[in-house]
Amino acid sequence: MRFAAPQKTQSVRAEQIILFRASSQIFAISSASVQEVRSVDSLAGAASEINEASLPKVRHALHRGDRHLYAVNAPLHFGLRPSPAALIFLLRKSRVALLVDGIEKMTTMTRLQALPGAFCHEERMWYRGVTVLEQNVIPVVAPDGFLTPDELAHLDMITSQPPSVVEIEQPGANA
Amino acid sequence: MTWTDHADTQSCVLLRLGERRFALAADQVAELAAPTRIFRFAHRTPQIDGVILRRGRVVPVCDIAEPLLGKKLTHRRFYLIATRRQLQGLDWVALPVSGECELIHADLTPAGPADSPHVAAWLSHEGEVIEVLNLYALTPGLDVPVTHPSSQSPEAHT
Repeated sequence: MRFAAPQKTQSVRAEQIILFRASSQIFAISSASVQEVRSVDSLAGAASEINEASLPKVRHALHRGDRHLYAVNAPLHFGLRPSPAALIFLLRKSRVALLVDGIEKMTTMTRLQALPGAFCHEERMWYRGVTVLEQNVIPVVAPDGFLTPDELAHLDMITSQPPSVVEIEQPGANA
Repeated sequence: MTWTDHADTQSCVLLRLGERRFALAADQVAELAAPTRIFRFAHRTPQIDGVILRRGRVVPVCDIAEPLLGKKLTHRRFYLIATRRQLQGLDWVALPVSGECELIHADLTPAGPADSPHVAAWLSHEGEVIEVLNLYALTPGLDVPVTHPSSQSPEAHT
């Protein structure tokens, strides 16, 4: 028996992509969706800490202009083992900055296949689809799949609150 | 109407998982493929082992031995490439099997209400009563609701 022509395969016109590593796995992201690539070291002092138990993948907010960008740890987002991030991708037209281990290379994809229907959980939001490069299957991430509008609203609420004041008991104050 | 609604004599593919034999409707089988490299990437669908490349198509691998036998197959000889009708068209899944497959014609007895959801029908072949599998009950698909990220488990399958 023969396969029918694959459905839901999108022919993309030679889309430039960045292959990046997160916890030793390779992912692809469209170059057009990455506005800036910076070293995490360059952000020292520019990021404020977030400690929200319900969103462990977001630990820092960056103040850019009049709004916050949220740094999403890519391995934690994908449920992978944590790994030290070396680079941060500031995504275009997005409030997400993506912490990744490193860039593997930049290349071109000419075909994006839809994620097979058997994948039926959060990965459908994570990925635009998959591409085949040099006989390897690479998931192509969806730039808008890192934080939902609800999660962004929740983070905005947290960052808009003034820092909590911790009262330190003075010795002998209750005497 | 599905093929099981008018089950009588049907073409089925017999497949072997460990020591047991099961059957699948022949019209749900695309081909039998030799073992090939399995690619893994992060996802949260527990029944999927990874994907294989077959004729340029990315095909998810679903180990149905675990729900049927209670353990994973230790030795995979072939992938039975099966098709399922989904909302967007045909969907392909690769089922690891531990032996060669056989095309037979057999009289089917439709499954009863007391049968497990994975049983679509029964057939008798060479003195053995064999379950005809309901692929939709055994493999994940888009009919399974997508869970919200806030309710996700911390573990991913790669």
